[in-house]
Amino acid sequence: MAKVVIDALVERFRDAVQGDGVTGAYTGAGGDDAAFVRRERLVEVCQFLRDDPGLQFNMAPYITAVDYLGQEPRFEVVYNLLSTTRGWRIRLRVKVAEQDAVLPSVCAIWRGANWFERYCFDMYGITFTGHPDHRRLYMYDEFVGHPLRKDYPLRGRQPLVTELEVPEEQFRGPGPARRSE
Amino acid sequence: MSTELDAIPSIIPTRRDDAIGALEKMVSKGLGWARKYSLFQYPFVTACCGMEYMTLASARYDLDRFGAALPRFSPRQADLLMVVGTVNCKQAPILRRVWESISEPKWVMAFGVCASSGGFYDNYATVQGIDRIIPVDVYVPGCPPRPEQVLDGIMMLQAKIQGQHHQLTQGKPLPVLGQAPRQR
Repeated sequence: MAKVVIDALVERFRDAVQGDGVTGAYTGAGGDDAAFVRRERLVEVCQFLRDDPGLQFNMAPYITAVDYLGQEPRFEVVYNLLSTTRGWRIRLRVKVAEQDAVLPSVCAIWRGANWFERYCFDMYGITFTGHPDHRRLYMYDEFVGHPLRKDYPLRGRQPLVTELEVPEEQFRGPGPARRSE
Repeated sequence: MSTELDAIPSIIPTRRDDAIGALEKMVSKGLGWARKYSLFQYPFVTACCGMEYMTLASARYDLDRFGAALPRFSPRQADLLMVVGTVNCKQAPILRRVWESISEPKWVMAFGVCASSGGFYDNYATVQGIDRIIPVDVYVPGCPPRPEQVLDGIMMLQAKIQGQHHQLTQGKPLPVLGQAPRQR
């Protein structure tokens, strides 16, 4: 479907698109085409995808991150893009290392990316340079750590007001009851 | 200054206590009756249980039959705090502050399983039951609870309010009639 897009992308940014084989792109299980993109060329690729008259990816419906704990590089940020004029959807995947979890912000390209990038920062601790309002989105400022990282304790609650103490045996299921430092 | 009644030990004070007890019982009964039929609720609605709350407050289930008709959206005017829905750690200080703003007498109802125990949100963000932050009088389980369950909870709360005892003297010595209070 959007194979045309990936082909155009690979042709134009042969060095920017990385990954398996020659193309660096594949068709996912849902039928959407995806491409691995290098971090340094991300803004350039996004600008091209939005502004090219044949593509017009004018909307970023969802941006999220994945924590592949134990792999290197550890994180991956996924940009889901939609062309409302063509009806195409593609996915860009950018690999980010844990020690250097910094990405350029795409807020200047899609304004809707603002909260998604704040979400990625809040939940995974990935920093976006050039973001106009770089704060946590869901959690409070006193919260330590990033809760959707796989090494965050399952029940690592950090209450703001003093709570009644509850015996440990009242907790059900796996995972530590409290957040261990 | 002592009266002649004080010279007789242990009989008159007992009668006086009896009299006070009878008066307190009457006042408690009247106050309980008045309070249980005029519950002004503060709906602290945070989640999907709010839909059930709307059903409950509107015509079909009609909370007005139990005297709890008027939701007040200021805690200063309310005396029943209904916590309807999930309370997460970010909201806990707000809930605590709302509860502190309600003047006495006040009662708290945990509406639904999330407010009662955290429900299935056993994760990093959710308070595991509002009774870890504020005292709760009635727990209504269910996800969400049927309106009948909430009406049952309201009736249980009314029974509790009716049975509550109001101390008139609060442990202080009673003033003797016809005399100025004793100077220390």
